[in-house]
Amino acid sequence: MKLKSALLMLVLTITTVLTGCQPLMVLDPKGPQAKRQAHDILLSIGIMSFIVVVVFAILIYVLIKYRASKASPDYEPPHIEGNKWVEILCVGIPVIIVTYFSIVSVQSNYIVEAKPQGYQDKEPLVIYASSSDWKWHFSYPEENIETVNYLYIPTDRPIEFKLYSYGPITSFWVPQLGGQKYAMSDMVTTLHLAADEPGEMMGRNANFSGKGVAENTFNVNAVSQKDFDKWVKDVKKSAKPLTKEEFNKLLKPGHLGQMTFTGTHLGFNPPPGHNHSGSAKQEGPTEKSNMDMTGNMDMSENHNHE
Amino acid sequence: MEFFERFAIPNPSLAIYISMVAIALTMVAIVAGLTYFKKWGYLWREWLTTVDHKRIGIMYLLSALIMLFRGGVDAIMLRAQLAVPDNKLLDPQHYNEVFSTHGVIMVMFMAMPFIFAFMNFVVPLQIGARDVAFPRLNALSFWLFFFGAMLFNISFVIGGSPDAGWTSYFPLAGNEFSPSVGTNYYMLAIQISGIGTLMTGINMITTIFKMRAPGMTLMKMPMFTWATLVTNLIIVTVFPVITVALAMGTFDRLFGTHFFATSNGGMDMLWANLFWVWGHPEVYILILPAFGIYSEIISTFSGRNLYGYKSMVASMVIISALSCMVWAHHFFTMGQGAVANSFFSITTMAIAVPTGVKIFNWLFTLWKGKIRFTVPMLYSVGFIPLFVIGGVTGVMLAMSAADYQYHNTMFLVAHFHNTIIPGVVFAMLAGLTYYWPKMFGFMLNERIGKWSFWLLSIGFCLAFFPMYITGLDGQARRMYTYSEATGYGPLNMLSFIGAGVMAISFALIVYNVYYSIRYSPRNIGADPWDARSLEWATHTPIPEYNFAIEPHVASSQAFWDAKKKGHELFPGKLEKIHMPNNSGVPFIMGAIFFVWGFSMVFSLWIPAILSILAIFACMALRSFERDHGRYISVKEIEETETKLRGVN
Amino acid sequence: MKVDHSLPLEYSTKQNGLNIFGFWVFLAAEIMLFATLFTSYFTLEHRTAGGPNGTEIFEIAPVLIETFVLLTSSFTIGLGVHAMRIGRKKAMMTFFVITLLLGLVFIGFEIDEFITYIHEGATLQTSAFTAMLMTTLGTHGAHVTFGLFWGTAILLQVKKSGLTPETANKSFIFSLYWHFLDVVWIFIFSFIYLKGMM
Repeated sequence: MKLKSALLMLVLTITTVLTGCQPLMVLDPKGPQAKRQAHDILLSIGIMSFIVVVVFAILIYVLIKYRASKASPDYEPPHIEGNKWVEILCVGIPVIIVTYFSIVSVQSNYIVEAKPQGYQDKEPLVIYASSSDWKWHFSYPEENIETVNYLYIPTDRPIEFKLYSYGPITSFWVPQLGGQKYAMSDMVTTLHLAADEPGEMMGRNANFSGKGVAENTFNVNAVSQKDFDKWVKDVKKSAKPLTKEEFNKLLKPGHLGQMTFTGTHLGFNPPPGHNHSGSAKQEGPTEKSNMDMTGNMDMSENHNHE
Repeated sequence: MEFFERFAIPNPSLAIYISMVAIALTMVAIVAGLTYFKKWGYLWREWLTTVDHKRIGIMYLLSALIMLFRGGVDAIMLRAQLAVPDNKLLDPQHYNEVFSTHGVIMVMFMAMPFIFAFMNFVVPLQIGARDVAFPRLNALSFWLFFFGAMLFNISFVIGGSPDAGWTSYFPLAGNEFSPSVGTNYYMLAIQISGIGTLMTGINMITTIFKMRAPGMTLMKMPMFTWATLVTNLIIVTVFPVITVALAMGTFDRLFGTHFFATSNGGMDMLWANLFWVWGHPEVYILILPAFGIYSEIISTFSGRNLYGYKSMVASMVIISALSCMVWAHHFFTMGQGAVANSFFSITTMAIAVPTGVKIFNWLFTLWKGKIRFTVPMLYSVGFIPLFVIGGVTGVMLAMSAADYQYHNTMFLVAHFHNTIIPGVVFAMLAGLTYYWPKMFGFMLNERIGKWSFWLLSIGFCLAFFPMYITGLDGQARRMYTYSEATGYGPLNMLSFIGAGVMAISFALIVYNVYYSIRYSPRNIGADPWDARSLEWATHTPIPEYNFAIEPHVASSQAFWDAKKKGHELFPGKLEKIHMPNNSGVPFIMGAIFFVWGFSMVFSLWIPAILSILAIFACMALRSFERDHGRYISVKEIEETETKLRGVN
Repeated sequence: MKVDHSLPLEYSTKQNGLNIFGFWVFLAAEIMLFATLFTSYFTLEHRTAGGPNGTEIFEIAPVLIETFVLLTSSFTIGLGVHAMRIGRKKAMMTFFVITLLLGLVFIGFEIDEFITYIHEGATLQTSAFTAMLMTTLGTHGAHVTFGLFWGTAILLQVKKSGLTPETANKSFIFSLYWHFLDVVWIFIFSFIYLKGMM
């Protein structure tokens, strides 16, 4: 275990030095999910570097040792079919490495797809994050607030993002809080994040969605619960309500600055899964039912908050 | 006038106008040149109507090189735009068009014809056959590819280029968000060349299964033939999937269906799934022939038989099977949950095992060898370390939870270029240098070749390794610009410099061709590399019938055994040889497909329907035609053989 | 062309053997094509977007007739190939003509079925389900239509040149194609119509 962490530190130092002493965003996590991902990334970089070094060493050795210019002119390379034990070794070692990575990968899958570790006993804050060309709308049903292109989130509380899109597929990504997930027009996806410490972070749409995608970013402000409550109070005092007409205007393609509203669009322009005609059973294709179900179930549950 | 407005470019710029003029001038120059030198007849008789697999291979090769140039110019433009923060060289729309066409051209119209060039040229020779199973179908495959590529390329000057990425994800690629005809071009051009690819698949499988020389059992086939067989099995399995997906996409765009739309029950995720069910095996369609070429070259220049032949074959078969079970790793972030992601994560990582076996087998082939560092060998040994880096980052990407952080970033871009450039492009350049003397009768200059190898390798590392770092620093892919505050500037500048070095290397390769045409000696013999398999056992230049007498084979390196162990390769005596006749129909059919595609792109229904009728007319013509080929008499063969023996 | 008389006529030259093998590979590709269509159909089956679903538009009578007609045609082409093997040109041609006529009847019913759908408001543009249904059926129908022309061309050649290695080879390959379309139809019948009506 000690060796492993030493290796991780080494890799971290090298990468840090390489990039001018500024820690790389993904490797500078501010929340449990991003920490797990950074751990996986560093672990795999470490082991993979070892493999690369071994292959390089073997290659350089054989190239130098067996180069023709060194061999005697009458040297005839032997005919070798292959060796059972050598080949078992060549299969065995990669199998062991891949098995180890598979175990880590499966564990991490269940971790990043669940409520962040260390926050299990806390009630999550649900935020609906929807994208339209080329901006993000964040609805806080609990607080009855909606913002455009910026987020306020409390630290020490799990956040459950409900993602969907008014248009092309986009990807909601706050590198320092955790990896991304798609927002799509015909289903709601869920992303579990949490912030360990206060701070300002970059968030963006990472998936190509047309002309304005490069500027499709947003700010994330992680603040203490106290400051968050204060922000909510301020918004309620100063912001104007979000109307259906106003929201439809916001959906038009283009870029907008940061905006704040009271009320959310969830009432008059509900997320996918609600606005289709016909029964819910008819909506989802059978093999994707697990996705649709998470989307639909969670939504009906969250409806109560409104 | 209104009729012609649709052909205008929706987002014109100076670069496009210059290209229009350049294309027009080039075409005038070609036509004038052909007329002046009276080469129209030669071109038609010897090339456009040929059904000879060797000539078709060479035509694939030339097309691939031209497309490499086009895709390379795109790449330079992309890197130039990103070289400094807040650059204004390209506007976002142009940037989107450039990276979309860069991807499509490099995968579909550069790498694919490149591998087909070698499959066509080498495989019949390697198995001791006179041609492929269906020579005329082979010509049709080529012309469908060629006209598909042309159709895709004219989008640049007529109607506008596709701008939804090479993956063309819906709904972005739908009419609502991509109103120009660009994506129509994407759908139809890939469809047309895809049909050609599918037919090549059928052709090659039949050729390899049914036309091997006596004695060549499956486990005595040279490794490149094995790679070709496995590759074409994948082609036949997955190309129909993209055919259907493209047809559905075309329907959505032209006939108002809602397969992938956001309304009327459409499902955008279906496109992503269908695309990658084809798209992932597609990368193995590219890499497996490359592995085959490396196997031939490493074995030849180590002076040794290929180590672990059986495990090499087994690993290719396993890779091909696994390649069809990993497609969802292209969208781990689509929300399919931990169970599905875990499955695809494990299957993806499993591919590392057979690939690792291949790497070790190449290393063991070098072991105890007598390694000659020729240009093809340099590319092959350069491939091993660089591809290992690409491979291990692939395993990293396969860890689905971590992939949430890599997805859509420059890290991913670095990874797949790190596999495709040292994997496929190096192999193609190695194969080009290796087979050049067999194709054209002289060698490429070794000194210039070594310079271009080193420049390409160094340029590659400079261009792509920085992307791993910027990716981990949060730089998303396909973004036309970034602000200075992000700090991505210096590393992107480094990438641009690397791209420039790569461009110099490619220019050197072109110069090398010119230089070698002028100065290389012509009396190189039939076997200039001291090689091991059958393609080197015939004369240079290769007679149209390949082998005067059918070779008899006893091992996977029959020619080597003939040279060293006195194995008799050509027992038996001369007999008359049956050869297929040339035909202009494949070329004409390709041209009609081009008209059909163009008409469909612009919804010109009458010419589209007429072209379909014309295509069926060509097929009927073929059916009713009585063409049984021709015979080359023993006397003629003897004359040719004596003449060729005199050359050597 | 070397003709090997120990083999059936359609296999008797080297090129004939290649043609048949190649056509089997082509059929493998066709299986993948229809498999993709079926997978997409099952995915979009319930996405009717307020438009009609399968239960509402499928009618058993014409579908049963289509099935009966196509299955019979598969049987008659089998008889045709048998007649060809024993060298009975006339009988072979008669069975092929019957096969093609049955194919024509099938296409007639299918066109009528499509017209009915459109009258019932199930067009290509109505929903993902109707588009997928019509694409899947249409792809099969287009194959049958192509087969009608192809089969006619082969019949004309048999009529003109008799049973040669070449015409026998073409006829045999055509019979493979026709049987294949029948198999696809059985899947369409079971997994689109029957499943949809239940």
